[in-house]
Amino acid sequence: MTVAQENLEIVPRGADDAAKFEGVQTPFRRFLSDFCESKLAVLGFVVIVAITLVAIFAPVLAPTDPYDLATVSVLDGRLGPGEAMMSGVTAHLGTDGAGRDMVSAMIYGLRISLGVGIGSGVIAMLIGISVGLFSAYAGGRIDSVLMRVVDIQLSFPAILVALILLVTLGKGVDKTIIALVFVQWAYYARTIRGTALVERRREYIESAVCLGLSERRIIFRHLLPNCIAPMIVVGTMQVAHAISLEATLSFLGLGMPQTEPSLGRLISNGFEYIMSGKYWISVYPGIALLVTIVSINLVGDRLRDVLNPRLQK
Amino acid sequence: MSVFIIRRLLQAGLVVVVMSFIVFSGVFMVGDPVEILVSDDADQEERERIIQSMGLDKPFIVQYGLFVAKALQGDLGESFVFNEPALLLILDRMPATMELAVVALLIAVVFGIPLGVWAGLRPDSLASKSIMTGSILGFSLPTFWVGIMMILLFAVYLGWLPSTGRGDVQVILGMPISVLSWDGFSHILMPAVNLALFKLSLVIRLARAGTREVMHQDYIKFDRAKGLSDARIILIHVLKNIMIPVVTVLGLEFGGLVAFSVVTETVFAWPGMGKLLIDSIGQLDRPVIVAYLMIIVFLFVFINLIVDILYSLLDPRVRLQDVKA
Repeated sequence: MTVAQENLEIVPRGADDAAKFEGVQTPFRRFLSDFCESKLAVLGFVVIVAITLVAIFAPVLAPTDPYDLATVSVLDGRLGPGEAMMSGVTAHLGTDGAGRDMVSAMIYGLRISLGVGIGSGVIAMLIGISVGLFSAYAGGRIDSVLMRVVDIQLSFPAILVALILLVTLGKGVDKTIIALVFVQWAYYARTIRGTALVERRREYIESAVCLGLSERRIIFRHLLPNCIAPMIVVGTMQVAHAISLEATLSFLGLGMPQTEPSLGRLISNGFEYIMSGKYWISVYPGIALLVTIVSINLVGDRLRDVLNPRLQK
Repeated sequence: MSVFIIRRLLQAGLVVVVMSFIVFSGVFMVGDPVEILVSDDADQEERERIIQSMGLDKPFIVQYGLFVAKALQGDLGESFVFNEPALLLILDRMPATMELAVVALLIAVVFGIPLGVWAGLRPDSLASKSIMTGSILGFSLPTFWVGIMMILLFAVYLGWLPSTGRGDVQVILGMPISVLSWDGFSHILMPAVNLALFKLSLVIRLARAGTREVMHQDYIKFDRAKGLSDARIILIHVLKNIMIPVVTVLGLEFGGLVAFSVVTETVFAWPGMGKLLIDSIGQLDRPVIVAYLMIIVFLFVFINLIVDILYSLLDPRVRLQDVKA
């Protein structure tokens, strides 16, 4: 995208030239048409947009407020799908053990799961980019020590690192985010360091150095924008991974507290009723979780194919 | 070579020390075990006596020092709940976890390699495409949810398989084993498949990529020219060559299986170390939590050390690069 903007600056802009631009294939347009070649990926993208909108407008869309203790009644507990609650509202997907309407609980749960997943992903990306770029630019001893730390952390499975952190930190939204950030930052750091080391040797950086630009300008205006493509790919995959990991930790009773029921927590709550055949409490939040993770992965998979310069025609 | 090994040993030692400090100080700060262990009607004197007997009155750094000194002698403290040494409790449950992990690994290899080779030989057939889509699902689906769905289908609706516990065990060489009796086998089947799904997808992908690469090699063309049958080419020449990456990755992933069994054990109430950890967290049984985390960290550092050394033996560039840096 940056390359596109730079091109635009070189060409003189006039009213007559505007027409010429229409047919020009900018990198962004090429990216868009490449991406749309896979129907599955487009479907995944549409689903992600829909899910995000549902999460953002949860208070408007949910038929009932699952947190409002005045309306939630234990007498409504474990109603089957389609049965009517005391308040007269039909619970289309049934109610959970505490008498919350599953549709509403899932919409709010989706909000929490997405929020924690994306939030931790963004923070981890910022930390990872800073450390990775610094490591690549500093080089030498600092670089080898930092990358050793990254290697050691990545040699432990994510679930184990998250377990250790949450056992020591305890439950809570903030603590879950800290654990997820800690698990993810190393992937970003390693990826961007690799890309930055390659990009650094390119001619445009050399010419920027020759022009006498400041280091800060070179790093942030020239080096960073050209390292973004692999970050987007890693970022999408990591968000899906974070959502799945958060759900797993909440299921184990470690991640989100009972007062902030994410999808994983809802599934875990339903698990106690599964043996008595009350499937809906676990199954429906699970399907919501699944659709979210699979569509993010589909988009991420396609992004990797499209943004990988080696595969470009 | 010895410089490389010494460096790696020192590094492994450092990781263990740092982790022990993090784990101990973290667990130290969580909750107050006295509240749970001392009954409500105990008087102040009784409370004091229990706090003293557990060493909880001493400053943090002294407690850590005592913990390290004892840990070096193989004593990781006594469980507050079971009144047994934490190390013994964990070692007691380790065979169950190991059996689960090994059976899961076997399932991943026995089913993953044929499926992957098939998908690699005919990449455009419908069967191969469904295998690959299945492997994407295997990567995306959260393990615990798949486990719950398996219980719902096979235990609740169909009633074919039991959903909890280990079933009959036979003691062989001092280790209780489930797979040998029908009852035990029916108990281990669901948890093992559940734990295997992720690795199965991994093996399928590795085997497929390996097969596609090997099929273009000159020695396969030569085999064809010699007039060898397809079966012989695939079973001997292809299989042998794709096994190298598969075995390497699986060796590395075994630790991951043990760590991930925490989830599967919780879903299927499998009496292993992972379930013990989750139970102990619920009961704030600090010594057991600390002992489990230390053992698993130790296990990982050990596996990584072995893999590093093996790699450096196989590929000298690794250790040369490391010594230079």
